[in-house]
Amino acid sequence: MKSVSVSPHVHSPLSTDKAMLYVAIALLPSAIWGVAAFGLRALLVLLVSVASSVIVEYIFSRISKEDTIRDFSAVVTGLLIGMNMSPSIPLYIPVLASVFAIVVVKWTFGGLGCNWMNPALAGRVFVFFSFSSAMSSFVTPRFLQSSVDALSSATILSSIKTAVSAGASGSNAEILSSASMAMSTFASDIENSTGISGYIVDAFIGNKAGCIGEVSALLLLVGGIFLIAKRIITWHIPVIYLGSFAVLSWIFGGLPRGVGLFGGEVILPLLSGGLFLGAFFMATDWVTSPTSRKGQVIYAVGCGFFTFLIRYFASLPEGVSIAILLMNIVTPTIDRYIRPKKFGYVKPEKKKKEEKA
Amino acid sequence: MSRISTFRRGGVHPLDRKELSKDSPIEKLPLPGELLLSMSQHLGAPATPLKKKGDSVRRGELVGEASSFISANVHSPVDGTVSDVRKVRLANGAVADCLVIKVDEKQDDGMFDAVYDYSSLSAEDLLASVKEMGIVGMGGATFPAHVKFSIPKGKKVDALVVNGVECEPYLTSDYRTMLERTDKVLEGIMIISRIVSPEKIMIGVEMNKMDAIRVLEERISALHYPIEVVALKVKYPQGDEKQLLKATIGREVPSGKLPLDIGAVVANISTCYAVYEAIVHHKPLIERVVSVTGESVNEPKNVIAPIGAKASDLYAFSGGLKDDINKLISGGPMMGFAFALEDTPITKGTGGLLALPVMITKDTMPCVSCGKCVEHCPMGLMPNKMFRNIKYGNYQAAMDYGLMDCKECGCCAFSCPSHIPLVQGFKLGKKLGRKAK
Repeated sequence: MKSVSVSPHVHSPLSTDKAMLYVAIALLPSAIWGVAAFGLRALLVLLVSVASSVIVEYIFSRISKEDTIRDFSAVVTGLLIGMNMSPSIPLYIPVLASVFAIVVVKWTFGGLGCNWMNPALAGRVFVFFSFSSAMSSFVTPRFLQSSVDALSSATILSSIKTAVSAGASGSNAEILSSASMAMSTFASDIENSTGISGYIVDAFIGNKAGCIGEVSALLLLVGGIFLIAKRIITWHIPVIYLGSFAVLSWIFGGLPRGVGLFGGEVILPLLSGGLFLGAFFMATDWVTSPTSRKGQVIYAVGCGFFTFLIRYFASLPEGVSIAILLMNIVTPTIDRYIRPKKFGYVKPEKKKKEEKA
Repeated sequence: MSRISTFRRGGVHPLDRKELSKDSPIEKLPLPGELLLSMSQHLGAPATPLKKKGDSVRRGELVGEASSFISANVHSPVDGTVSDVRKVRLANGAVADCLVIKVDEKQDDGMFDAVYDYSSLSAEDLLASVKEMGIVGMGGATFPAHVKFSIPKGKKVDALVVNGVECEPYLTSDYRTMLERTDKVLEGIMIISRIVSPEKIMIGVEMNKMDAIRVLEERISALHYPIEVVALKVKYPQGDEKQLLKATIGREVPSGKLPLDIGAVVANISTCYAVYEAIVHHKPLIERVVSVTGESVNEPKNVIAPIGAKASDLYAFSGGLKDDINKLISGGPMMGFAFALEDTPITKGTGGLLALPVMITKDTMPCVSCGKCVEHCPMGLMPNKMFRNIKYGNYQAAMDYGLMDCKECGCCAFSCPSHIPLVQGFKLGKKLGRKAK
């Protein structure tokens, strides 16, 4: 059987559904760590989120008669929503977030590729503002607990925020220890032998309170490097996002606690909260990030700037999801005006062309 | 190897699969019984046929005359009789007038063995010969060579860049030509340099052809030619003249302009060989090397075939096709044309005939704005935006995005994870956009 079609007749091995699958695989280490740290309750939250978003996607694909369930995008959305939930969350909240993400954000605008916000993030922010208290109560991970019961705990960022707005000064480590934030024995051993703050070590490994999927910066980094190696994403957005946030924190981060310019701490803020999850998995979302390299740089710097602004100068302790959503909204505009330089582009040349036309 | 370079923006790395036919020496195709000699062998106006049904033709005889400046002569590759003049669909889909030539049993083989001295000829004489012999650019675009080599008064040629890149996967015809006909190719290059009198001469060869680079350098130093061999990092579409010039002389051809505007002339390896034959042996362009290869060809080969030979004859000479054949392609897999009928004739631009099994199994999915097409476009365009505009009929908007700078190299469609037929859209958009103007 011979067929005729337009060139090219060969194709790179990458395809959209495969890419979505790779994203899900890259998220797994961190998700597994979340389950290990917060117990089976976390697994239940993840399963409920994935199942609800896949079911909603399936219903809508039947209604629209498009076969969209095979592209794995609903799995990724569900997984991201689950990983953005506190392990102690009532189960109807991730379900609501999934429904909002798939129905309102994705399908009302035309399904995969047409959404103008990251569905998972929009779902998370929707339930965050609807159920603020449930969304901001966290539990201590297993490796920090002294007793068997899950203790409720503040996150690193929220306890720093509370202390700083109450007028506390001093380094992050001092603030955290005066708030009697728990530290793992492993981290305190390292602190004693090397002088690196144990809170940094814990935040890097994942011994901190927080959402299921955001706690282990190390494993998120591993997943991100996997995606870069598979060429699903490029290094530009995550590195520039983290970099611009770090630079801004260093320059201006000391202001709220009266240290002055160039006195902010960088490493603990980088490793805490959802920054790594956001930088590697949410800001790099294909659909809602600019397509040109220059546009991606602007977008990533914007993400870093808004994250910095919200974390240090707004009332919320954490700003990653809102910062990325803001930049998602700007993305079509960036794509419209920031275009790559054309090969052989000369200015007078263009004028001539316009005259002809 | 004096330096290694490449072009910067975009490009992709398809599997090159050259190993299939890389080591098969060039073989001569046994004369087929019938040729389909198209009058449209080149870019530009078709040649005017000079023969009618029933006329006899001699090998090397002019049978189609260039009908305008951008057009090229066509010569008969064999002794024979014109049994018919009819319309035939070529591999690129165009329908052209063809002389159907019945090949005589007895052929005058020794015809082009004589060697002529050309040292007294002026540049104008040489250029006239190139035109007379119907030479076209043999890299695939088939732009008439005499047009390329005519330097308008007042323009100076800084560099003659010889294109030995052969960046299309599978194809090995230029590679074998460089290996087996090194001296003749080099002499052809020196003849062209007499026509265009450049300041320097370069040959660009990709580094997956290291032995060709070595042979060329050996022969250049033995013959004391002022030619530099530039080794290029493997990247598609380096064989496009714009990318090649960026890689070799570091200049960009402005949008809508020709290489000559930045003082460069580009010639393909096979073209240089054809120029050598035309000047030294007075042999018109009547045959060429074709790589017959692909996973579905039993014995991939590099074949010298007369222009107008049917694809079926070449496939048969290469051991026939396997059962898993899905596509017949004239040219390479990135830019070549798929054709359906096995008796489609080869033309002066056919560097390869491929037979491939099913290569692409995925269906088209919605665009997810991943930006891969923008990242890989060697021309710095935004294929996603152009495609969307064409889809909704905004041809002018697509042209504002640079649609006319697109050369259909296929990097965007190759890398698109959603398998969107971008190149198809652009071909259509260009046509409809021109119409709308």
